[in-house]
Amino acid sequence: MITAKTAYVLHSDQGMTHPATEPMRQGTAASSPFAIELRGISKAFGPVQANKDISIRVRRGTIHGIVGENGAGKSTLMSILYGFYRADSGEIVINGNHTEIPDSLSAIRAGVGMVFQHFKLVENFTVLENVILGAEAGGLLRPSLAKARGLLKDLAREFELNVDPDALIENLSVGHQQRVEILKALYREADILILDEPTGVLTPSEADHLFRILRGLKEQGKTIVLITHKLREIMDVTDEVSVMRRGEMVATRVTSQTSPTELAELMVGRKVLLRVEKPPASPGDEILRVEGLRLVDAQGVERLRGLDFNIRAGEILGIAGVAGNGQSELLEVLAGLRPADGKAWVRGAPLPLSGAGSDAQSRRALRIAHVPEDRHRRGLVLNFHAWENTALGYHHDPAYNPTRWKMDNAAIIRDTESKMAAFDVRPPDPQLKASGFSGGNQQKIVLAREIEHGPDVLLVGQPTRGVDIGAIEFIHQRLIRLRDAGAAILLVSVELDEILALSDRVLVMFDGRIMGERMPDKTNAQELGLLMAGMA
Amino acid sequence: MSAKGRIPNWADVTLVPLTSVLLAFILSAILIWAIGESPWEAVKLMVDGAFGSSYGWGYTLFYATNFMFTGLAVAVAFQARLFNIGGEGQALLGGLGVALVCLYIPWPHWSLALLAACAGAAAFGALWALIPGYLQARRGSHIVITTIMFNFIAASLLGYVLVNVLRPQGSQDPSSPRFPSEIALPKLHEMLALVGIPFSRVPPVNISLLIAIAMCFAVWFLLWRTRLGYQIRAFGESEPAAQYAGISPARITVVVMLISGALAGLMAVNSVMGEQQRLVLNAVEGAGFIGIAVALMGRNHPLGVALAAILFGFLYQGGAELALWTSIPRELIVVIQALVILFTGALDNMVRIPIARMFARRGAG
Repeated sequence: MITAKTAYVLHSDQGMTHPATEPMRQGTAASSPFAIELRGISKAFGPVQANKDISIRVRRGTIHGIVGENGAGKSTLMSILYGFYRADSGEIVINGNHTEIPDSLSAIRAGVGMVFQHFKLVENFTVLENVILGAEAGGLLRPSLAKARGLLKDLAREFELNVDPDALIENLSVGHQQRVEILKALYREADILILDEPTGVLTPSEADHLFRILRGLKEQGKTIVLITHKLREIMDVTDEVSVMRRGEMVATRVTSQTSPTELAELMVGRKVLLRVEKPPASPGDEILRVEGLRLVDAQGVERLRGLDFNIRAGEILGIAGVAGNGQSELLEVLAGLRPADGKAWVRGAPLPLSGAGSDAQSRRALRIAHVPEDRHRRGLVLNFHAWENTALGYHHDPAYNPTRWKMDNAAIIRDTESKMAAFDVRPPDPQLKASGFSGGNQQKIVLAREIEHGPDVLLVGQPTRGVDIGAIEFIHQRLIRLRDAGAAILLVSVELDEILALSDRVLVMFDGRIMGERMPDKTNAQELGLLMAGMA
Repeated sequence: MSAKGRIPNWADVTLVPLTSVLLAFILSAILIWAIGESPWEAVKLMVDGAFGSSYGWGYTLFYATNFMFTGLAVAVAFQARLFNIGGEGQALLGGLGVALVCLYIPWPHWSLALLAACAGAAAFGALWALIPGYLQARRGSHIVITTIMFNFIAASLLGYVLVNVLRPQGSQDPSSPRFPSEIALPKLHEMLALVGIPFSRVPPVNISLLIAIAMCFAVWFLLWRTRLGYQIRAFGESEPAAQYAGISPARITVVVMLISGALAGLMAVNSVMGEQQRLVLNAVEGAGFIGIAVALMGRNHPLGVALAAILFGFLYQGGAELALWTSIPRELIVVIQALVILFTGALDNMVRIPIARMFARRGAG
């Protein structure tokens, strides 16, 4: 096995040299202009061909984007590069050297670092402890920590990667936690940095900061692979972009010579509408009213700090905000999943927020439906058949349950079939387990269940998270159609584009408060971004 | 897209447990061979002893009846992801229920006594499971810990009741008086004689076997055909999803533990009323714990539980024969049973993952 890099331990003996200031350690291998070359990579999981004969070349010192719908095989490809999976066939060439990557340790040795979508940090460790975890210089911690502290200071100065080395991870913002992940990779001397959907959890300004960091790293000769589904980011920050579709690499473009429209078409394989056709709303009577909504969580932290708003019939109220600013709690409170203080009314009748009548079943009885943010944890029982999931929450419905105790399984299956047809769920098989559907089809199962019961209020969280572009179009159209049928919709999404496209009014939440209300046609992402960051 | 891949359902319920049992038997064979006995002879003796005669069948089915009740008890609770380790104590209390019903009420006919004994056994077993269930639902005390503790409390309680309350005056034996002979349950040989099939009169297998089989069906119906069963399974598969659906976790926990305890308690109808005809100190003889292995092996499905109960009945009866006719010590029988539990329960993934790989490879190739 050829390792283009010296192992970490060897390097640490040389003292505190900054990786980027060292001479080209790749030696002779540096003759190749490509940091990564994958040739003919294939990987199958059972009958599913996740990667089909993929070849890609990433130039050294560039930012290379990889876009594709969910399930296109982006993550599988990167997992192969990082040693989580082994390819069935194909070869990996790092800096001109054929490299075997059987595990992530080998990947790190080859100079590949990865920043995962879900951070792999120990919450109650300090930044410094997290950075050295797994790369300690010896059995004693003190020398490792001292060494890391010096290195971190250099990195912080050079790349705007400012993080307090002694802060506990749990006290850091998401953006800072991500910087720790990048620091971890750099500390392990990564020359090639893979970032998997890095901006999903960031505010627009944090994302901008991240891109500044990435550009700085690029200037220092690092190679960056950016996996994302946000075309705007690709256009903003990458030099080249590769598009994956259904396990295949369908195209590579120089970013400056392509357009979001072309990329979207390549991703989906057909023309897509990037904007939703939305007739103007004609709001009717007030359906839901909330006053002084407060929520204190089990740790005594105030998550909702007095919210007042209303939604009228035939109106979509969008809640914008960075994840973790109380939107999830708001949905859960209204859906009857956690008690809170304050007052609420539905169609003028008081809605209890705690105690009797505040559970999820009572909410459904009041025709309040809920498409939860986390369909895997809440919206579906993954191990249940599609038809069993269709009854979830509606298992008291007389149509499913005529005798009050014995379920009419045949009726549920029939109903599931018609719902699947109405929402174009593929495959339309009620007997398939929920885990067997793609993200978009899982979401359609949930939406069909909640929408087809004809709710007066629909609470919907992240309706298109992890959903492919084709299904996004469909889901957006269905939400608009439900609105036009006279429902009041509360839409929570971290995707600003989605909020702007669907909402008739937008509230921005920050730290459990409503920072302001805007009309989507009279605002823009920059203004909302400032509100989302708490700057009014 | 998991690297492990998926096993077809049929293989999950047949191939995986059968392979586990086979591995356990191979290891047992090596053990028997190592102490100088012939594994082949031992297997023959066990199979012959358990299935070779109606006498053997009778004992095998008697034990299997016990294991069906306790296995179902564990399986139902596990569908709600509650690990009820307290089958032993719940069955002991069920025995007390049976004894009280049979001793203190003069029944005109065994059938009425049987119904009442079932009710008593189920009620006492359910009551004994209710307390841990309530503590879990309302206080968050872990059900594994509390049910284990309740086994000890049940044993002590039963000892006290037998010695101080139920023991006849002057008796040295910590057991209740005999139940009236009029309410003795019909044995299997009497029932089979009605349709002209000869069967050994010796083994204690009785009408409770039919109750156990009926319970297997009832549990299947409950879990997969009723609203309550739907709620139980949804709660077991995903508590957040159940909460989302408006299913009260506390209510389901309590209800499931009541059902589980009642099933465990029903075991006493077989052992106390069917076999001993009186309440003795160790009426349950570990069947409550065997129930855990039976449920594990039966994948918490009533049909699987019934089949696994028969396998363990075979191990019990075949093992007894082995101890009787060879120099293989009794302890080794326990070792063999333990190996089966070890392979089917604890080492499940050792068998499952290679089989999953095999299917994944076949699917890919």
